[in-house]
Formats: sequence, C-alpha cells, structure tokens
Amino acid sequence: MSSIKLRVVVALSGLAFACAAQAGQTATPVKVAAQTKKAASKSRSAIAAEFEKFRDIMEEASPAELFEAKGEELWKAKRGPKNASLEKCDLGLGPGVLKGAYVKMPRYFADTDQVMDAERRIVYCMVTLQGFKEADLAKKPFSSASKTPDPVSLVTYVAGQSRGMKIAVPQKHPKERDAYNTGEEIFNYRAGPWDFSCATCHGADNLRIRTQDLPNLSSKEGAIAAFQGWPGYRMTGGLMHTLQWRLNDCFRQQRFPEPGYVSETLSDLLTYMGVNANGHVYKGPGIKR
Amino acid sequence: MKIIQATIFGAAALAIAYTAQAQDYRAQAISMMKRDFHAKGIAGMDRLDEDTVQKICNLSHNNPPKGLAERLQQDQLEDIKYPADGKFLGDWKSGEKIAQRGRGMTWKDKDGKTSRGEPNGGSCYNCHQIGPDTTSFGSIGNSLLHFGKIRGYGADMQKYVYGKIYNAKAFNLCSAMPRFGHSDTLSEEQIKDLVALLLDPNSPVNK
Repeated sequence: MSSIKLRVVVALSGLAFACAAQAGQTATPVKVAAQTKKAASKSRSAIAAEFEKFRDIMEEASPAELFEAKGEELWKAKRGPKNASLEKCDLGLGPGVLKGAYVKMPRYFADTDQVMDAERRIVYCMVTLQGFKEADLAKKPFSSASKTPDPVSLVTYVAGQSRGMKIAVPQKHPKERDAYNTGEEIFNYRAGPWDFSCATCHGADNLRIRTQDLPNLSSKEGAIAAFQGWPGYRMTGGLMHTLQWRLNDCFRQQRFPEPGYVSETLSDLLTYMGVNANGHVYKGPGIKR
Repeated sequence: MKIIQATIFGAAALAIAYTAQAQDYRAQAISMMKRDFHAKGIAGMDRLDEDTVQKICNLSHNNPPKGLAERLQQDQLEDIKYPADGKFLGDWKSGEKIAQRGRGMTWKDKDGKTSRGEPNGGSCYNCHQIGPDTTSFGSIGNSLLHFGKIRGYGADMQKYVYGKIYNAKAFNLCSAMPRFGHSDTLSEEQIKDLVALLLDPNSPVNK
C-alpha cells in the first residue's frame, strides 16, 4: 500500500512535467523544454512514438494505481443499504475470485442470463449485494473534476487484478457469440445527421483525427489498443475513465443520442472489441493522452 | 417516389447477398439500440433511424451495387440547394475558421449553433489537410492543399465543391463525409466560405 502511494507521487510529479511540456509553458525545466522543441520538429508519428515511450515509463508508476487502491478499499468495505462488501461478487470465476476475471469479460452470467462487461457486472453486484439502486449509479456515472464515481475505482481495481494476463473473452456460450455478432452490427451501423458509425473512424488502419491515431477496432492490433487503454488515467483533464465512458463519448461525437450506462448495447460492443483483442497480454490500467 | 422504388430494388438485390442470420443480428442490433439509447439535448431518438442512403450503405457494407448507387446518388444530387444568387465563392478567412471548428450537433449544442453560441463548425481539419499552416490535420479524407491550384478555379469546379460539401453522398454514395447542407449543419453562407477556402486564388490553400 505505502509503496503504491510512493510510486503514485513519483508518477504525478512526472505527469506535471509532461503536462507543462505539452502546454509549452516557459517555466518548464530546460531539459523538458528542449525535448518539446525537438518533438515539434518531428513528424506526427515520431511524436506519437515519443508519447508511447513516455507512457511506458509512466506505467511503471501509474496514477491509475491510486484508483486501484481506492477501488480495493471500496471492494472490501461494508457499504450500501445492506451494509455488505463486494467480496462475494462473482465476476465469472466464482464468488470473490478477481485474479484474471477482467480479461475474461464481457462473459455470459447464468444468474442474469445476460452477457455482461466488467462495469455492468460490478454495478449488478453493488445493486444485489449492497442494495444500491442502479438508477442512482447511472445518474452521474463518469468522472469529473469534483468526483470519481465508485464503479470507476472498482473497475480499475478489478482490471488491475488481471495485469500481465492474456485477454481471453469467451465465445463458448451461444449468447456470447450472439453478443459478438450483434456488437459487430452496432459497430458498423451508420446513422445520425453525420452518417457516422463506429467504423467510420475505427474501421480501417492508419486513420487519424487531427493528430490523434485511431485504432482499427476491427483488427487484432487495433482492438488491443482500445482494450489496453481503459480504464485509463487521462492526462487531458486528469481524470480516471473506463470503457463505459469511452464508448459514451464516442457516441456523442458520432452525433447519436446517448447510450444507456451499462446497457446491453455497450456490453455487446465491448464483446466485439474484446474478442478481437483476444490473445494479447493486458498490461493493466494505465495512462492516456 | 423515386427513392422508394430504388429502396425496393436495392433491398431485393441485397437480400441475395445477405444471409438470413446476419439480418437477424442487424435487426437485433437496431432494436437493442432503440431500447438502450435515450434522447439528449438536440440529439433525438430519430437520429437512430436510417435514411435510404444509410440503410443501403449499412446493408452493403458501404459497397452498394453500382446501378443502385448511381440512382441514389442522383436523388441526393437533386436534393442539393444551390445558392439562389448563383454565386459560390464566399470569404476564405471565414471559411478557415469554419474548417478549424469541430463543434456542433452534439448533446450540449443548439440547433445550428455550438454550446458556446458560435455557428456550427465543419470539422474539416479533423479529416483533411487543407491550409499550409495547420499541421494537425486528420487522414480520413484526402489532402485538399493546393486544391484550386491543381484542379482549377472555374465555375464548374465551384459548383462541384459547393455540392460536395452540401451533400457528399451525391458523388460517392457511401462516402465517410457528412452531408453538411443536407443535415442542416452548415448554412449556405458557411458552405460558400468553405468553397472560397479551397477555390479563392488568394486563399493560403492555393499559395
């Protein structure tokens, strides 16, 4: 615990350097300023590579660990109207088994007869075991400057328990295969005033919006980028976000209406993306640009 | 009427290529989204309904049969409202601002305006290289640098660019580019300003 906190402090000071360098502030230390200047003259892909290098260093001591620690506390504490912990929550490998559960979700759960992604399942456990109301949890489900919702920390904690493990989103149950196929249809569904689908931006290799590389989520290499990215500590805004937030923001930019929090639509999309990423090693919650 | 005929024709042609099972997943996906989404701000649930173009592009994986694509493109072409004064060139400086701005049409925006009260942007740089000074441009669309210098500045070219921005689907049915006039994202004046950005000889695009 204390070693985690120490590493987080180190990471945050590293972040402060990085953010200052990004903003191009005059007060930046000479070394960073020089690097920034150098980076500006490089091609975009070189800048992206630099950031990847930086991220590798950062992930040695990621601020995400702060949220993992918070999530662990929340997981073990007796909370909610039923004054219970989440330690009996079954994430697919049996009650309370967290090791490797995250990289095997979304998956089919017999007790709900549904395919559920990690956040959807955790919210389900908060409702059934602790007595929280789903509608309350869905009211403000995403991190803001003033608040990191509990499910975000919990998902980050659970994801951390799969660090270094191979992604193996199951396709054994017929409903898991249905979820993949429906997810693929949702991914490719063009509608709205701008005729966008997920695939418009994320369906081919080597696409960019401005300087931001867009992973091709229909490919193995692209899908791992998305799976790996969230939960992630986003340097823009300095907030911890999960895949539920990321998909929500994609649909906003797609100019669609808003998808329901922990809805089946999002579980199916996450099944499509997760299965496409199968076989890759999940490095654990990290940081994002 | 023309659109309806084309749709029937298209659905028949595509049904052959499309398996019954895939149709089920598609139908499931659509009804699931209609159940799971909710309207937010200006983004009503009607945005989940496909129009004819979207439907044909979805069914054909953006690769519609040639004959059908041509018929539907013709419908889209007839939908374009060209300026009544016959003039296509606006102010390239204003066009540059519209091209830079990526806001508009999302949950917190207003009709025709962004949440900040500015006119909607065209998000052009998100996908295209345009002016020489902006190096943060996307790659979903082709480069438009030196557009007029390469393609010429004539009236036909001006009309084509106006139409392309107004309704990109009139020229390439399943183009990734939004229909900025058709969707009421950009006004006639804004589209003229964008035409000028690409086709005014004084625009930095052509320097």
